[in-house]
Amino acid sequence: MADLPHKTTPITLDTFLRGLWKENPVFVMLLGLCPALAVTNTTFNALGMGLATLFVLVCSSALVSLLRDYIPKQVRIASYIVIIATFVTIVDYGIHAISLELYNALGAFIQLIVANCVILGRAESYASKNRVTKSIINAAGMGFGFTFALLCLGSVREILGSGTLLGYPLFGESFQPWVVMVLPPGGFFVIGTWLLLFAWLKERKQRKITRQEEAARATG
Amino acid sequence: MKEYALILISTVLVNNFVLVKFLGLCPFMGVSRKLETAVGMGLATTFVLTLSSVCSFLINEYLLIPLDLTFLRTIAFILVIAVVVQFTEVVLHKTSPVLYQVLGIFLPLITTNCAVLGVALLNVQEQHGFVESALYGFGAASGFSLVLVLFAAVRERVTVSDVPEPFQGNAIALITAGLMSMAFMGFAGLVAS
Repeated sequence: MADLPHKTTPITLDTFLRGLWKENPVFVMLLGLCPALAVTNTTFNALGMGLATLFVLVCSSALVSLLRDYIPKQVRIASYIVIIATFVTIVDYGIHAISLELYNALGAFIQLIVANCVILGRAESYASKNRVTKSIINAAGMGFGFTFALLCLGSVREILGSGTLLGYPLFGESFQPWVVMVLPPGGFFVIGTWLLLFAWLKERKQRKITRQEEAARATG
Repeated sequence: MKEYALILISTVLVNNFVLVKFLGLCPFMGVSRKLETAVGMGLATTFVLTLSSVCSFLINEYLLIPLDLTFLRTIAFILVIAVVVQFTEVVLHKTSPVLYQVLGIFLPLITTNCAVLGVALLNVQEQHGFVESALYGFGAASGFSLVLVLFAAVRERVTVSDVPEPFQGNAIALITAGLMSMAFMGFAGLVAS
């Protein structure tokens, strides 16, 4: 930070937290929806996908940020894609070696992390303009935000659709699983309901603020 | 002949790429606000997807497998897609300015459409031949366009309706997509896969 003290803003907790909540890639920006809906029929798959994406996101952001002065502007998107694809290949072979079960469950979606717009978006709008540590922290925030969103979807879908959480049964024998929740329509319904919940909370907060302002004006 | 017809029907309706396989959701949510843009995006995607499906098949069959470079598949395919998109843009720009004006703005977006890469990867996974790859790509793209146009029409109608405040925007759009996905599940069993 010594070389450009006036240009770089310091790293704050906000660099990390922004991706987790305020700019959550799935719930706020609606990016990376394909993996968020396709592989979240169980919590375990959701966790695996989230962590794989986190790894690719952090590594590619670090490399893009390191190379940001050397990549010519005209071919930057192609270069970013090659960098991302390299890390995706690493993850692909890694998961294949670690857990065959997870590899089969995620299917082509591991390789499709390349086309996840969250990662390219980070590379283009953040890592190419910021220092390495800052990019890594920001990417980690985004990655955890993505994992968090996937877990939100995966756990609800697994609990309602199969009556289990991480494979452990939650309810008694009499539980009738809500099968549609693990099928494709369930994915849309669950994410729609989460967005609905967030919109409702935001609206309620807004109403509270306006009421307080009105009360303050009335007394003052 | 019969299996070719089956591939088409199954990719367009039964295993619809957007609603059943969850591929290409970003443009599905992003450009479905207006019917016109949805049609443009559908046409551009159909062209690029069919072409890139064939090209990636050729690259895989005659370059990656003989040279034992299959670990480069993901990188090779995404580059093929980027090249096809760029190529389409240049050709359209030179040959048909009218078409370029309609489709031009959608072309760069297609590179990050995961349906395009998904088709290329699924072709390899399901061991499709040349004609099958072309049909699979075309069917997937037609299914994508069909659903995109239908969804855009529904969404245009929803914007003028009186939707409760917390539902407004993306929440109602996603629930609508869920209902459409449920409707498409009615096609399941049409083709035994």
